[in-house]
Amino acid sequence: MLNIPLWRKVLVWLIVAAGLLLALPNLFYSRVEMSNDAEAVIASGESNDELMAAAGQWPSWLPDGLVNLGLDLRGGAHLVARVEVADVYESRMDSLWPEVRDALAAERDTIGFVTREESAPDQLVVRISEADGASRALEVVRGLARPVASISGAGQMDIAVSADGPVLTIGLTEAERVAMDDRTVRQSLEIVRRRIDEVGTREPSIQRQGDQRILIQVPGVGSAQELKDIIGTTAQLTFSAVVGTASSADENPGAGNEIVPFRDEPGRFLVIETAPVVSGEDLVDAQPTFDQNNRPAVSFRFDPTGARRFGDYTSEHVGEPFAIILDDEVISAPNINEPIRGGSGIITGNFTVESSTDLAVLLRAGALPAELTFLEERTIGPELGQDSIDAGTIACIVAFAGVMIFMVLSYGLFGLFADIALLVNVGLIFGLLSMIGATLTLPGIAGIVLTIGMAVDANVLVFERIREELKTARGPSRAISLGYEKALSAIIDANITTFITAVILFAIGSGPVRGFAITLGLGILTSVFTAIFVTRILIVTWFDRRRPKTIEV
Amino acid sequence: MRLRLVPETTNWDFFGRITLWLGISGFMLILALASFGIRGLNYGIDFAGGTTIRTESSEPVDVGAYREALAPLDLGDVTITEVFDPTFGEDRNVASLSIQAQDGQEAVSGETIAAVQAALTELSPDITFPSVESVGPTVSGELIQTAALAVMLAIGAVLIYIWLRFEWQFALGAVVALVHDVVLTLGVFSEVGIRFDLAIIAALLTIVGYSLNDTVVVFDRVRENLRRYKKRPLKEVLNLSINETLSRTFMTSFTTLLALIALYILGGDVIRGFVFAMIWGVVVGTYSSIFVASALLLKLGVKRDWSKPEAGQAQGPAGTQFKSSDS
Repeated sequence: MLNIPLWRKVLVWLIVAAGLLLALPNLFYSRVEMSNDAEAVIASGESNDELMAAAGQWPSWLPDGLVNLGLDLRGGAHLVARVEVADVYESRMDSLWPEVRDALAAERDTIGFVTREESAPDQLVVRISEADGASRALEVVRGLARPVASISGAGQMDIAVSADGPVLTIGLTEAERVAMDDRTVRQSLEIVRRRIDEVGTREPSIQRQGDQRILIQVPGVGSAQELKDIIGTTAQLTFSAVVGTASSADENPGAGNEIVPFRDEPGRFLVIETAPVVSGEDLVDAQPTFDQNNRPAVSFRFDPTGARRFGDYTSEHVGEPFAIILDDEVISAPNINEPIRGGSGIITGNFTVESSTDLAVLLRAGALPAELTFLEERTIGPELGQDSIDAGTIACIVAFAGVMIFMVLSYGLFGLFADIALLVNVGLIFGLLSMIGATLTLPGIAGIVLTIGMAVDANVLVFERIREELKTARGPSRAISLGYEKALSAIIDANITTFITAVILFAIGSGPVRGFAITLGLGILTSVFTAIFVTRILIVTWFDRRRPKTIEV
Repeated sequence: MRLRLVPETTNWDFFGRITLWLGISGFMLILALASFGIRGLNYGIDFAGGTTIRTESSEPVDVGAYREALAPLDLGDVTITEVFDPTFGEDRNVASLSIQAQDGQEAVSGETIAAVQAALTELSPDITFPSVESVGPTVSGELIQTAALAVMLAIGAVLIYIWLRFEWQFALGAVVALVHDVVLTLGVFSEVGIRFDLAIIAALLTIVGYSLNDTVVVFDRVRENLRRYKKRPLKEVLNLSINETLSRTFMTSFTTLLALIALYILGGDVIRGFVFAMIWGVVVGTYSSIFVASALLLKLGVKRDWSKPEAGQAQGPAGTQFKSSDS
């Protein structure tokens, strides 16, 4: 009855060996980390002796997965930002206006003149001078509606129009708002990612959180403020038609226009059309380059929509200046020398090599489609993280030693078996954490310490049961086997209930709570595994060798 | 000779003074709720919003001087506490500043934080700021909700699991014991004034898990004994089951406490509140599995008609069973 099939023994030891092997890199943390970083750089195409040497610090045939250290252990900055999705409605309405104006202008005979009225930012209100033409106007504007470009909004149109006498109100449909919100957040996420990547910090974590939020965690950044500066809160890039120049910001720019200052030339202003011709979202690429005269310049490329609009505009306005506006400042206002069809062109001007590079970076990093509001920001210094790791490590070792000694004092040889299982257990936890790439946080360390305390529970249940069975059962072998059998239902029930709480914690918790849930949950899995398989094999193997007449537990 | 926390065989009567125990628990619950109602909890920024700044300098922390330096900034309610930890050297003086959420702002602005840092640096030139955390009111409000939801969901899920595996009386007993533990812990937090933040929620849920673990082990034995001793009064069966599992209960609680106390003393000041909650939870959880869960089970009574085949085998109401494939 104490026979354990060989295949099962082999399987259990294989699992243990695999787990410990996966945990191994964590013992050489900084070395493996350097090697992994170097390998990542080499994989991206770059290579030199220094990188090869760094990569060679850890043999490639060994597993190189590491437990990610959370920001509270490594130090870094954490931001939660809300994307102000409603911002985009306004610019959408602004860009719709010229289209509506042109469409209605074609029907001047029945509709008369068209003027734009003051309205809520997410609406476009226009008045026509011939009230009788309202139904025709409605028809024309409705004709501008396009199907919503999303799966959930399929079959619905993007704008809704209503008429009240000579006044037409144009607004976005709910389906279009949902689709737009989603696009805005995804776009913001991508731009934030690109900007942080430009700076080149390692392993930033940039995730979408819920409908309108972005979670940004960057290890090694000195402060959340620094991170906010990198992301930039309001950068908005547009290409706009130039109406004229102004001598101060207080002049009246005229309807539909606005005055913007030059970024690098104080006292110089341009009057531009408020509705941009192309916005930064349409820009695909920008690179520093040189023109025919070998002067620094910036080359750029638009996506198909942007290219079409850019081509149409430039062919109609050859010889006129065209303004590049970032954050309501003119970066540059080059003249249009020729129609730029195909969407790619070059910006020349009074650039230095440095300023052309800066402009290319600014253009490439793109504009955030909407403003970000920061809801939460945390900065954790690297020293504090190191202190926490040190304290956690010492606490783990002391807890470990205490529990191990206590187990041997209480259960003798069987306690020693439980201790071996405990060591295997912690190894397996780290192995699993490395395998799934989970993040270890400070509460996560507490979870491991708690697991050390509780991990012996399954063993204690079995050993206590064996003790009881020794009083009644026929011989030690029967007692051992009955002990395992009868303790099983208590072990399973007790651990499943704790596991349930760990799963719930993981599912709805965030940050530190999640980190704790992971180690607790994995700890339960590994401790049940080690208690019912590993110690059992140890005990049975020992029993088979010695065949003791009596055992003392 | 083996070390034993409890004698090899015990025959203690746990239910002789059942009214007294339930009375004590009831009284403690009222006390905890009253404290919770009157004093409330010392919410950290996770739940209240605002900013905390941790400072570290070689000069001793002078709370009064810090307060004076910050007074011109007009930040509203600022709490300054010195942080003590046995592992700190003499030249390591740590303080924690809590600034309440500013009106009309989400996270506290970078300028405010910079101003605070400048004011303190003037006071103590070598001061450093190992951590600065700021949470806006939108997020903190949601964090409270999800935290409360997490605790309730966990308790609900457990209720259902035990109900399926045992009988509803067991589930009710276990869950009442859980609520008892959670409320008492909140009471202690309110009384001692430990900062209540997200990590504490993790601790609360662990207490839920731990307390259950204990209760379920006792209940498992009760279920087994109920089948074995069909004619014995429930009170005797409960008493017997608790006595039989007592040795295990003490062993596990002891090893867990051993680990937690190591973490409490050596784990650093950042997680001390969190570990304190767990230590308290282990003690209360152990108590409640016997004196609340089991006592309630006794009061509720249990259906004794286990007229299923294979009597003597552990078997759930749905006919589920675990059997070793080795035997």
